[in-house]
Amino acid sequence: MKNICLYFEVHIPYALKRYRFFEIGNDHYYYDDFATEDRVRYLAEKSFLPANKILLELIQSSGKAFNCAFSLSGAVIEQLEQYAPEVIDSFQELAATGQVEFLAEPYGHSMASIFDMDEFERQVNKHAAKIKELFGKKPTAFRNTDFIYSDEIGEKVASMGYKTILMEGAKHILGWRSPNYVYQHAYVPKLNLLARNFVMSNHVTFEFSNTSWSEYPLTADKFVDWIAASPQGEDIFNIWMGYETFGAVQKDYSGIFDFLRALPRIALEKGVGFVTPSNLSNYQPVAALTAPYPLSWQGEEKDLSAMLGNPLQEEAVAKLYSVTERVNLCQEKNLKRDWLHLQSADYFRYMSFKNAWGSSFESPYDAFINYMNILSDFLLRVEAEYPTSIENEELNELLKTINDQEKMIAQLEKELKAAKKKKKEA
Amino acid sequence: MKALMFGWEFPPHILGGLGTASYGLTRGMAEQEDLSITFVIPKPYGDEDQSFLKIIGACNVPVVWKEASYDEVERTLGGIMHPNEYYYYRDHIRYDYSRIGTNNIGCIEFSGRYPDNLLQEIDNYEAVAGVLAHSLEFDVIHSHDWLTYPAGIFAKQISGKPLVIHVHATDFDRSRGQVNPTVYSIEKRGMDIADHIICVSDLTRRTVIEKYHQDPRKVTTVHNAVDPIPNVEQFVKTPRKEKLVTFLGRITMQKGPEYFVEAAARVLQRTKNVRFVMAGSGDKMQAMIDLVAERGIADKVHFPGFLKGKQVTQMLADSDVYMMPSVSEPFGISPLEAMQVGTPSIISKQSGCAEILDHAIKTDYWDIDAMADAIYAIVEYPAIYQTLSKEGRDEVNRITWDKAGLKVRDIYNAVVYRD
Repeated sequence: MKNICLYFEVHIPYALKRYRFFEIGNDHYYYDDFATEDRVRYLAEKSFLPANKILLELIQSSGKAFNCAFSLSGAVIEQLEQYAPEVIDSFQELAATGQVEFLAEPYGHSMASIFDMDEFERQVNKHAAKIKELFGKKPTAFRNTDFIYSDEIGEKVASMGYKTILMEGAKHILGWRSPNYVYQHAYVPKLNLLARNFVMSNHVTFEFSNTSWSEYPLTADKFVDWIAASPQGEDIFNIWMGYETFGAVQKDYSGIFDFLRALPRIALEKGVGFVTPSNLSNYQPVAALTAPYPLSWQGEEKDLSAMLGNPLQEEAVAKLYSVTERVNLCQEKNLKRDWLHLQSADYFRYMSFKNAWGSSFESPYDAFINYMNILSDFLLRVEAEYPTSIENEELNELLKTINDQEKMIAQLEKELKAAKKKKKEA
Repeated sequence: MKALMFGWEFPPHILGGLGTASYGLTRGMAEQEDLSITFVIPKPYGDEDQSFLKIIGACNVPVVWKEASYDEVERTLGGIMHPNEYYYYRDHIRYDYSRIGTNNIGCIEFSGRYPDNLLQEIDNYEAVAGVLAHSLEFDVIHSHDWLTYPAGIFAKQISGKPLVIHVHATDFDRSRGQVNPTVYSIEKRGMDIADHIICVSDLTRRTVIEKYHQDPRKVTTVHNAVDPIPNVEQFVKTPRKEKLVTFLGRITMQKGPEYFVEAAARVLQRTKNVRFVMAGSGDKMQAMIDLVAERGIADKVHFPGFLKGKQVTQMLADSDVYMMPSVSEPFGISPLEAMQVGTPSIISKQSGCAEILDHAIKTDYWDIDAMADAIYAIVEYPAIYQTLSKEGRDEVNRITWDKAGLKVRDIYNAVVYRD
């Protein structure tokens, strides 16, 4: 039986405010709250709320034959909690049906998996805990920021207990193979790999209202017919996209919500079912896929060049991750919050000469200047907390002493008491 | 196709960007083998590069018939024009210009500069154009900037050939809106009579359409390009500890020098490792020196005066940042020259060249904070310096005059074969 695996990414980067160099050291707030709120409210009202409503109706009316998956970045969860809590409520309603799966991802929408595996693990754990808190279930499937995937990342994710990982169905990894199968990790066989069918996914996200597209208009009938007509054995259609496809990229008047509403009914009529990534964790994979170098769903190249393709991006990211250890020694709440936010992959993509879509900056240079000014201030704060003149190991020792002093005092007091008692007895 | 061009300057004796652009464009157009160009300037010095076009000096064309012996003509022309050519033009004098003061062989003296009696010189140039229009064969007339519009118009009226005018600047750019009515009327008349108007940027095109009320259909933008610097590799940065930020050009209202000084003051509040250079001269120079003193940054801002030729290129190469905060710049070739030697440029959005550059930082001319921010970034964050330097150099090396020449040729074809 053929199945559609629907997955939606929900992520909104914090809008960074215009931060000039003369504010470095004086102003420690980096966000344009007005722009963030505006964006969040827009997406909540135009996209997330109406789409969630439709999904809930579909689940209820299909008698649980319909399901789908989401991942919400840490940033978007925090923003929704602050500016549109009703969206969180509606996601919780969806979760309560048991038909909607929430995946784990790095909390800060970061590229930590490329630079620091410990940081990566911390963020995934933080995110998984947050998802459990909100939706009552610990995630068992994982999707990385922008579907960044390599053998090494897969290995790490498997070691953290995840059974399924999502990746882009990039041609240079799949080769002649079709994305419509379940694959497995190159050398960790228990980890199943799912590959995005980006051709079909993009038909929805980018071509739905494109009147010059040869297949325009896209109807649910047509879409399901393509799936039904696929060669035998191609059973899994990974239709994954940003959730803002509904109502923001494709506007309400394009009919995108009607498409969403019609898709399950027509699919089920034509014998095409629905699955979520975790349903596929026990599915028998057809082959192993090797990815020695990281890939992602960004850009034409489907590699990291959208985020790390030029010297601007390299310098910014290298400076950021140079303080990973120190930041993690810190206890200061605001510093840790900024640390997660500043890692968002979007900010680096805005510095790209080819893939800076969605950027509010006039040019990649402008994005770089603003980010570097903010980062300079952030680094000063880390420096103030833990001067770079002290080596990391030394610092660790000192911190251990400080953190353990209570315990130490208690222990010594106990010993003292015992000794005194002993003395008395003697 | 034969083009008769009227210009005012031609390298190596140039006073501003007009000469450089005229040279580059004609050089680029000379790549087209079926095109020959005759370029008229008021006063040639004899050392112009004539390998790809023919130069005629207006000061050597007789406008009044005077009896003169071969020897006398040869002596007076000083080898710049052949006496036979002189006699040929003399045979085509059709009007009586004896009211104009002429020399012993009937030619007018030109300064070839921008003298106080500029309007008179423009009229005289028009008289010469009359003689040439009767003497020469050509298919199209091309006038560079307002000084030569009357000459072009006259040539058109005599020959009936189409006139293309090339707007390198308008009086609105030079005067920040306080236009000189005489200049405006000359410009307007040129545009009205022209068969097609070429502008050096979309910015200028908008001015021509909005301020001179021209039909948008006859106004086309052909962006300027830049000639490769000969022996560019010899211009390398002299190693120095401090970073250098440079302004280079006429220190006049149009160029926005005060914004450079204000941005410098902001940058110096934060980092001491930078020096600022304001090279050039102009009527705002004293005011700028006063402003620098007022801001208390006189020890960090330097005024080396007017630079020439290789000094300019070396200055650009030595700089870490080149700034052009022009309030209104029809095109602005200097940032492209800076980028050719690998120096990052910060330019105002009110500059025509901003339309074709991606790898330069663009700010509004009045946005001192943004300018200061960009300077700070380039001197403090190595990656942005390196990227702007490399990508900028690659980008300007792709902007070549032969491409601009082809666009001009399309316009020639359209006006010549329009029937």
